[in-house]
Amino acid sequence: MLTLAPPAWYLALSAVLFAIGAMGVLIRRNLIVMFMAIELMLNAVNLAFVALARGMGSMDGQVIVFFVMAVAAAEAAVGLAIMLQLYRSRATINADEVTTLRW
Amino acid sequence: MIAPLFVLLALLTVAASLVVVLHRNPVYSALGLVTTLFLLAVLFVGLDAHLVAALQIIVYAGAIVVLFLFVIMLLNLQVEPRTLAPAPLVVTGAVLGGALGVATLGVLGRDPLPLAAVVGPGYGGTEPLAERLFTAYIVPFELTSVLLLVAIIGAVVLGKKRLS
Amino acid sequence: MGVEVAIAAAKAGFVLFLALQVMGLGVFFERKVSAVIQDRIGANRAAIFGFAGLGLVNTLVADPIKFLLKEDVRPAGADRLLYTLAPVLSVLPALAAFAVMPFGDVLELEGRTVNLQAAALNVGVLYILAMASLGVYGVVLAGWASNNRWSLLGGIRGSAQMISYEIAMGLALVGIVLTYDTLDLQEMARRQGELLWGWLPAWGVLYQPLGLVIFLVAGIAESKRIPFDLPESESELVSGYFTEYSGAKHLMFMMADFVEVVLVAALAATFFFGGWQVPWLGREGFAFPWGQQLPLPSLAVALLQVTAFMLKVIVLTFFQIVVRWTLPRFRYDQLMRLGWKGLLPVALLNVVVTATVVLLAGGRA
Repeated sequence: MLTLAPPAWYLALSAVLFAIGAMGVLIRRNLIVMFMAIELMLNAVNLAFVALARGMGSMDGQVIVFFVMAVAAAEAAVGLAIMLQLYRSRATINADEVTTLRW
Repeated sequence: MIAPLFVLLALLTVAASLVVVLHRNPVYSALGLVTTLFLLAVLFVGLDAHLVAALQIIVYAGAIVVLFLFVIMLLNLQVEPRTLAPAPLVVTGAVLGGALGVATLGVLGRDPLPLAAVVGPGYGGTEPLAERLFTAYIVPFELTSVLLLVAIIGAVVLGKKRLS
Repeated sequence: MGVEVAIAAAKAGFVLFLALQVMGLGVFFERKVSAVIQDRIGANRAAIFGFAGLGLVNTLVADPIKFLLKEDVRPAGADRLLYTLAPVLSVLPALAAFAVMPFGDVLELEGRTVNLQAAALNVGVLYILAMASLGVYGVVLAGWASNNRWSLLGGIRGSAQMISYEIAMGLALVGIVLTYDTLDLQEMARRQGELLWGWLPAWGVLYQPLGLVIFLVAGIAESKRIPFDLPESESELVSGYFTEYSGAKHLMFMMADFVEVVLVAALAATFFFGGWQVPWLGREGFAFPWGQQLPLPSLAVALLQVTAFMLKVIVLTFFQIVVRWTLPRFRYDQLMRLGWKGLLPVALLNVVVTATVVLLAGGRA
């Protein structure tokens, strides 16, 4: 069975997506969009795992992806609940305005 | 050896992820995320990972991003007046992100790149994944179920109206 | 190469045609069956040159023309892209789910064996669940993009209802997957042709009666039909999440509703009622348990199977319509309580019992 492209190309795409996600976390101030950029980074890593799993012909990479998805779901649920509470107490989700713990 | 379908999908994925990161309206960012996840599922199918592709759509695109949209709608987030961080932070972020991308691509170019191994017809289906999951990875599997339980309890408690 | 592309296109076209035609028939049934249940005649006024076709002309010709010619209103402040995208996102996953629906066994064409299923995925059941998950976006975006707080309320309620009942639907399907040991729908339909005790076709309803009930309830809740139609309740929220839609976009939401009805009917037919299986009909012809054989050509067998599938889909669509016009509406908290505290534990219990029985029976039922 042939794949669409050599797995190396998928790794390159994964690197680009990871960099875009990292940039998103750094340059956006809206907490929810920052969270979405984190999910983007997790997905880039998933792509790398699946590409390498296919490259080596093993299924272990896909098992790891399974776990990453479960952990990402758990993290999204708790993180969004925290943001709801934050909005209720501060009426903002702009990272520049929740700076009480900063020096 | 140009694979036009892959190049097209890759360009669309990068475009969608840029929408996530750069658009002013959070709802459009969420839709960009859905598009990215869907395109990634298509790429997974291109890697013969059919089960993971289906799970990606069911879990990520079908549940997690819906949760994001719920929160955006509940908080009634509008288009924000000032999307990006102050200028020095944007420049630093862009430079660091670009450096990360370049460094990763450079590492990729250093060693011989993996070619696709020959796999049997059942690869990427339920049975091989289950065989690995329930033998070598059984302990992480059980721990993940505990983690999900903890996350459910945490989300329910944190979502309540009043933390007493 | 070209022949294979043509065959694939023909299969995809046929299954789409099937979905849309039964949907049209469903609309007609809805008007007429509701009329019979409510002791009235129903729509029969529109006529072409005096031919009213018992209301067929009204429902299938006049109504769509009326919808398409209405003014396409966009409320002020509604997000342009999202407002237009929402009905599309509602219809597409429902139609796309028909790609894995098996409508026959095989067709022998000049030495080529054509599998009568548009896309032979080996994870077909997961594909169906994925398309059901994607259907939530149409509701969410319609509610949000309408710039109307009652639409938003309907949208939030609707999407919360859909994601709650997806879980029960998935668990009901787990029971069936455990019974037939495969995720591929065509394989599942084939396995239901085996005979129990020599004469009884091993349909899903015999192994998983509770699974059938859970699946039908969850399916009706997924498609937001009465008794679960609070998101669009006509007497409370005007039209809920698609209040602000008119004309062709409203028609697309109605289409999505009926396509989902047909989808639930087709899935219930495939999983629980043997799909295209006609009792005792194999690839060579009839093989009755009392010994008599009736050989038939491959084309006749395929036609019989497709007809059987369509009949089962029509009967189950009829069932959903009768349920709609008979039962009162659930209140929202009752609806959520039923989904989480009623269906979910029962579905889990079903899975545990099924798994135990399959294990004790030695791996295959």
